[in-house]
Amino acid sequence: MSEASVVKADPVASPAPPPRDEESIPHPMEEWLRMDRIPHIWCPTCGLGTVVTAFIEGLKQTDLERDNVAVVSGIGCTGRVAGYVKLDSYHTTHGRAIPFATGLALSNPKLKVAVVSGDGDLVGIGGNHFIHAARRNMDLTVILVNNFIYAMTGGQVAPTTPETANTTTTPYGAFEPPFNIPHLAEACGAVYVARWTSLHVRRLTESIRKALSKPGFALVEVVTPCSTLYARRNRLGSGLDLLKFYHDNSTIQNGARTSDVGIDFQKPFIVGEFVDHDRPTWFQLMEARMSATLGDKFIPKEGPSCTNSK
Amino acid sequence: MKFWRKPLDLDEQKVVRGEVHILRDRCKGCGFCVEYCPEGVLKLDHAYNKKGYHPPVVIEGKECVMCRLCELLCPDFSIFITERGTGVPEVRDD
Amino acid sequence: MIKADPAGVLTGAHYLDGDEACAEGAIAAGCRFLAGYPITPSTEVAEHVAARFPMVGGTLIQMEDELASMAAVVGGVWGGTKSMTVTSGPGFSLMMENIGLAVMMETPCVIVNVQRGGPSTGLPTMPGQADMMQARWGSHGDYEVIAVAPNSPQECFDLTIEAFNLSERFRNPVFVMMDECVGHMTEKVVIPPADEIEVEPRFEYRGDPKEYLPYKVNGGNEYGIPIPPMLHAGQGGYYHTTGLTHDERGYPDMSPECQEWLLRRLVDKIRLHRDQLVHVEEDGVEGAEVVVLSYGISSRVATRGIALAREQGIKVGHIQMKIVWPLPDRRIDEVAGRVKGLVTVEMNYGQIALEVERIAAGRCRTSLVGHAGGTVQDPEKIAETIEEAAR
Ligand SMILES: Cc1ncc(C[n+]2csc(CCOP(=O)(O)OP(=O)(O)O)c2C)c(N)n1
Ligand code: SF4
Ligand code: SF4
Ligand code: SF4
Ligand SMILES: [Mg+2]
Repeated sequence: MSEASVVKADPVASPAPPPRDEESIPHPMEEWLRMDRIPHIWCPTCGLGTVVTAFIEGLKQTDLERDNVAVVSGIGCTGRVAGYVKLDSYHTTHGRAIPFATGLALSNPKLKVAVVSGDGDLVGIGGNHFIHAARRNMDLTVILVNNFIYAMTGGQVAPTTPETANTTTTPYGAFEPPFNIPHLAEACGAVYVARWTSLHVRRLTESIRKALSKPGFALVEVVTPCSTLYARRNRLGSGLDLLKFYHDNSTIQNGARTSDVGIDFQKPFIVGEFVDHDRPTWFQLMEARMSATLGDKFIPKEGPSCTNSK
Repeated sequence: MKFWRKPLDLDEQKVVRGEVHILRDRCKGCGFCVEYCPEGVLKLDHAYNKKGYHPPVVIEGKECVMCRLCELLCPDFSIFITERGTGVPEVRDD
Repeated sequence: MIKADPAGVLTGAHYLDGDEACAEGAIAAGCRFLAGYPITPSTEVAEHVAARFPMVGGTLIQMEDELASMAAVVGGVWGGTKSMTVTSGPGFSLMMENIGLAVMMETPCVIVNVQRGGPSTGLPTMPGQADMMQARWGSHGDYEVIAVAPNSPQECFDLTIEAFNLSERFRNPVFVMMDECVGHMTEKVVIPPADEIEVEPRFEYRGDPKEYLPYKVNGGNEYGIPIPPMLHAGQGGYYHTTGLTHDERGYPDMSPECQEWLLRRLVDKIRLHRDQLVHVEEDGVEGAEVVVLSYGISSRVATRGIALAREQGIKVGHIQMKIVWPLPDRRIDEVAGRVKGLVTVEMNYGQIALEVERIAAGRCRTSLVGHAGGTVQDPEKIAETIEEAAR
């Protein structure tokens, strides 16, 4: 008999709980959210809220000190994540979350900087920054929410939109080949690459934990339902129907070759942890180079220095 | 549920029971929690909440096993679980 | 003000070009983060910083473009480090987006633009001063900026320090509007001892980080500027900031009332305190019939033109504007009321000159000695224009 069925056995009956006043115990996320901004602006059945929970759960499982974690977002529905998490958080400009985060991280090497932003933001308008940050192995954890569309602006085609999908600017179906994001990230040098859907919330949480714990450019792509625009325009039902689709059509294949994980419109796709290796970060390379050439004359940057002028 | 025989580690098989907390008025009725609860503990209420959505309710007689999947999946931070008490699975001899 | 960190100050007399002097000024002012992208004629600033930073605890990164450079600078400041970027026209255009972000988030930072002839790729190796209005209005929306314009390597050093200090005092981006000529001219630069260099520290929040409201102005700073104190990432404030219109908490508020509440202050913190931002060097303005207004390299050429006009017996005064934005409009207004003419000398087809015309409001002649860049002004032409204005 499997353990699971043991657990499913009838319990020693404990009395049914008395009805509880709704707000008497806070939701465990409340400590990590800007509760004065909840409810958030995201649509019913949008998956973004799930990503926020996974991010916080993953973060809680690291040894990072809360004070030393900063979140940077660009612009978009996903870009609003920075506005809801109770951490030092920066809502920047469209596509520039990664360079802003780069400045933040280099300015204060004690920080762990996470970028949470959309597909259009990170690999459309911000694509150049994405590839260079990966190449440099900048110490950033990037959570890329892929909803296959430019949601915030009303559902236009994105560099991730699968061919034939309908968007407001491809009313006859998208025809440009989309990016395979894990492949792009790996090719550019990311040290950690994983893809989950927002339904795989436990594995997603674990990948976020790993990504945050790893020095260097770590990318977690999260395929997430945009119910209002992507699902509706393509007659795919609600966000719940998209989760069901993910459930039935995603296959976990850890270590899959990233070149094999492209996503076609409403076709089965691969999720998993694809890349996990080590190489020195930009900061480590810089310090090593400076120490090698300058010896004792090299003074490494310690912490923030705006008050450095004594 | 009945066991054919008493498992050897029965006394170690602590079953954690969860108490489901639903923040009715924060819920947007997406149904994620209902759909993915492995124990079928939840259903969407007929009644509306203040926002006009149907929040989940616990189905009478169903027991939450505290897997927290509903809590993790909920995009609106409106359902969570606390531990209610532990119990040893019951073995009935009939 | 506090004294400069001696570690960054190369005290002594040096022969430096304007770009190098600017770099030394930045390091003396406490800048420890530079993100940039190479572009003639500004690259030497970054090159000099690249050589010096590792010895003073600074970090330089060459980004993938100027969009990224400016974004990284804003991030660098919020990480707690005085930060700058360096560019020229084409890169300046790319920076505009995140200059707006810096304004909106009230990010003290310095942007050096070693101007060349434009538009577009224009004259990469030759001087221009045609980005003055772009500095003023290049990003979208209504806002105020501060810009200094040095006319020598010594001024590149001095005014870069001033730019950093003003950026902290006003929590605003500040431009150092150099030009190819000043950037590439080598002269003696005297760097004073560190304890003679005044540096503005960041206006920091000192209360309980848990109570911190990032955009709550509590009386402003010691200069009476209505700015909120800053907390950086990593100090436990868990604050939020955004380029969206925001309230005291830094939270987006999409109401016309909040827009007015925020923008009024962002603009007024500079507009209503612009008397603190008058930095001019005047020569013979009292009793002058004609006053020449100039800045940057044009002010040095103007001096020669003025000398020629004075040889003709014309009473000519000179106002060199070291801070160009905001304009010393009250001073120009006073002078306009009692001279025959105001002559603006600049390397463009009339950018500051139009402002001068606006301020003079028909009370005196206004003229421009301007061209599209590529070389400095002809002093003879300046003298002729002065003579016409004095007629
Ligand atoms: C420079 C600039 N261009 C365009 C926009 C408009 N804009 C806002 S969000 C967005 C798309 C966001 O798409 P994505 O990053 O995929 O985020 P999502 O909304 O899908 O989460 C665009 C084009 C902008 N804010 N700034
Ligand atoms: S538009 Fe799409 S991505 Fe944006 S909140 Fe709604 S469902 Fe989510
Ligand atoms: S914790 Fe698990 S078993 Fe309990 S209600 Fe939630 S999903 Fe169902
Ligand atoms: S997952 Fe959350 S928002 Fe959705 S129905 Fe359940 S409680 Fe409501
Ligand atoms: Mg998107």
